[in-house]
Amino acid sequence: MAMIRNRSRHRLVALSLILPFVAIFALVFAYPVVEVVRMSFTNAPLIGGGEWVGFANFERLFSDRLFYTSLKNNGYFVLLTVVPTTALALVIALAISRLSGRMQALAMVLFFTPYVLPVSVVTQIWSWMLDFQFGVLQPAIEAVTGKRVPVFKNPFWVMPSVAVVTIWWTNGFNVLLFIAGLRNIPEELYEAAKLDGATRGQLFLRVTWPLLWPVTALVLTLQLILQLKIFDQIYLLSEGGPFNSSYVLLLMVYREAFQLNNGGYAAAISLVLFLLIVVISILQFQVLRIGGKK
Amino acid sequence: MTRQTRFENAALTCITVLAGLIWIFPLYWAFVTSLRTESRVVSDQAGLLPDEVNTSSYVDALFNTSLMDWYINSIGTSVIITVVVLLTGMMCAYALSQMEFPGRKALYLIVLASFMVPAQALVVPQFVLMNDLGLINRWGGIILPQLVVPVVIIVYKQFFDAVPKEMKEAVVLDGGGDYTLLFKVFLPLNWGITTALGIITFIMSWNAFLWPFLVVTTEDMMTIPVGITQVNDSFGVAYARIMSVALLAAAPVVIAYLIFQKRVTEAVMISSGVKG
Repeated sequence: MAMIRNRSRHRLVALSLILPFVAIFALVFAYPVVEVVRMSFTNAPLIGGGEWVGFANFERLFSDRLFYTSLKNNGYFVLLTVVPTTALALVIALAISRLSGRMQALAMVLFFTPYVLPVSVVTQIWSWMLDFQFGVLQPAIEAVTGKRVPVFKNPFWVMPSVAVVTIWWTNGFNVLLFIAGLRNIPEELYEAAKLDGATRGQLFLRVTWPLLWPVTALVLTLQLILQLKIFDQIYLLSEGGPFNSSYVLLLMVYREAFQLNNGGYAAAISLVLFLLIVVISILQFQVLRIGGKK
Repeated sequence: MTRQTRFENAALTCITVLAGLIWIFPLYWAFVTSLRTESRVVSDQAGLLPDEVNTSSYVDALFNTSLMDWYINSIGTSVIITVVVLLTGMMCAYALSQMEFPGRKALYLIVLASFMVPAQALVVPQFVLMNDLGLINRWGGIILPQLVVPVVIIVYKQFFDAVPKEMKEAVVLDGGGDYTLLFKVFLPLNWGITTALGIITFIMSWNAFLWPFLVVTTEDMMTIPVGITQVNDSFGVAYARIMSVALLAAAPVVIAYLIFQKRVTEAVMISSGVKG
């Protein structure tokens, strides 16, 4: 009897511990997940009811040229950021990890500080640096291309420029992960390899790279998911233009829901983005795991 | 250490620090710009070195914009988000780690799975919900959807799992319950991870853009990252003032980072799982 009472008391205590999180989770996370699915099958405006329209939103979406443009731009942006930032972060981390004491701390601060800035601070600084008339970087652009370029208003330059800004902003995070990964590699392994007469190149290829692979895979995965969700920088720097050349899926969600009042259609786009991210991250995880085993 | 390796190390140090200085140039440039007069900013003579100390655009930024309101909104919402996320997270993680109850495994799976759901994909129904609750343009509306941070639970659970059983026994013998255990034993043992998670959560909510941008439409309710985008519109092209506002907006997190450098670095490493 006492045992049973104890157990139900134990359960009550457990319930009281999980309840705050579960209640918030149910309200602002689980319920919206259900809602985004339901709304995607209706013609609801942003606020207010709407009627069941079956797959109409998805039919419309898959024949919407802007959807394919956005999808392509999302892919292009991923190409421009994920691998470049990972490689760059690895190089920087390798360099920093060989510095000693104060110099190492200084270098880390220099590379990491941009990461703690709010996105709009980042975009404003870069807008100023790349200003068509007075930007401090325009002479450099002029030296390479022969003329000044309004980068965020040029269909060719806009995505690479947003990619550069994004890498500058977020790279410090990846550097940190690599530094942590490098610190986890036991020093003895290097010493043993050196005793066997390994060259520096061999040390990297045979010791550092394989042991760092889990971190590399983590960085690649985090980056891929993050960059697929690109919105802030594009909205602030180019608003999807010029001529939709930087239009991306989340921008489409924003415009349909909050400017054109098509809640149902925006929910359908959200759902596609959601599924895309889940599928790609599972796929990438599997691929990287196989890569790591070789 | 041989002479050659010593030379190599010195060269590497120089190159790395130099690269770091180039990397931070945008911030330096923003600072130099912010101290110039508007006319100097766009004149041909303005070089790369600081040549003026003109604080008028800072004064302008502080008194002719709603910057103070945005600070208060950002600090208020970020502090509340951080406290609630940590508290609900550690409670839930404690139950998941140390207690038996029906649905425990299912709950943990849901937490893990929700880690994969991009919050951005939920903004439409979340906005509808906040509207139904009358929370548009209110702190509550900014805060609520940011309270679900599954990684906090995942990390806490890992750390709670590692607490040795003996630590519990003394308290249990004294008749202490699970709340006593959590707040008198598990929490003090894990202050390090608590500060780390707190810092990460705070930076995340301080820098959040998309959600506050959607849920707030009146200038006085904006948070810093959203508010400062308004300055462009009201100032036109006035880069000294825009840079002053941007730097004032960035100052709290940058200063906090510089003070708590080591903690922040550790926090990033721990919360992403590369360092246990």
